[in-house]
Amino acid sequence: MAVNPAVEGRTYSIPEPHVVTQDELDAFAAAVRSPGASSGATSQAAPLTFAVTIAQRAEAEFMVDPEANVDFSRLVHGEEGFTYHAPIVAGDELVATTTVRRVRSAGGHDMVTLETGVETTAGEPRVTTTSVVVIRGEQA
Amino acid sequence: MSTVTCLADAEVGDEVWSTTHRLLRADLVAYANASGDQNPIHQDEEFARSVGLPDVIAHGMLTMGLVASAVETVAAGREVASFTTRFAAPVVVPAGDDGVEVALVLTVAATDESAGTVTLDAAVSVAGIKVLNRARAVVNI
Repeated sequence: MAVNPAVEGRTYSIPEPHVVTQDELDAFAAAVRSPGASSGATSQAAPLTFAVTIAQRAEAEFMVDPEANVDFSRLVHGEEGFTYHAPIVAGDELVATTTVRRVRSAGGHDMVTLETGVETTAGEPRVTTTSVVVIRGEQA
Repeated sequence: MSTVTCLADAEVGDEVWSTTHRLLRADLVAYANASGDQNPIHQDEEFARSVGLPDVIAHGMLTMGLVASAVETVAAGREVASFTTRFAAPVVVPAGDDGVEVALVLTVAATDESAGTVTLDAAVSVAGIKVLNRARAVVNI
């Protein structure tokens, strides 16, 4: 079963705002070996890929939409991109909204382009992420 | 390791950072907990094999995160405008203390004086096999 192309243009938001903590920034920085992780400094900007932890929650709302028809067990991550507007810091109250930009099929696989805006509850943009996920075809 | 002291003086083709990272299963657990991505293909051998993978694989976003850390190091406080990649091949992480070694080299792909940017390309590989394609960051100078 293929991804339903009718979901192009739909949007999905995280259920409630997420308040960024210094502890989660520290844990993420350590996990990706960020240069800020060992400095012990507080109120540092989040590592460059931290926004994905928020964005993926909005993307997950798309993945579980029964009308989208995404077979999660066949899903692989094809591409990821970040465009930075302002640094994420501890205390930021963040929301994220995913827009389904494109659904297409090629070589028996479905490719879905998801664009997610991560911003504060005050509407200040932080990061825009773009993910391409590939849902492998049954024959692949 | 090598790094240029001033990215503003960097020229196209300059290698500005080179390092290797050893990844163990425990590092995948730490990334899973830090990121919230608890997909079992990154922790559970049996599950990974059941979906056709050779073994447990690293989160693509962990590999991208390691590159991001290299970019942050080289950018040294300068703003990064964008960072993108394609995932070319999975990073298989065997059990045990050897894990896998990921090699990472950052080179200057372009400079744009009028825009005030330097574009860095990352070559990321495991045993000579590319795991990322078109990994690229644009730094504001």
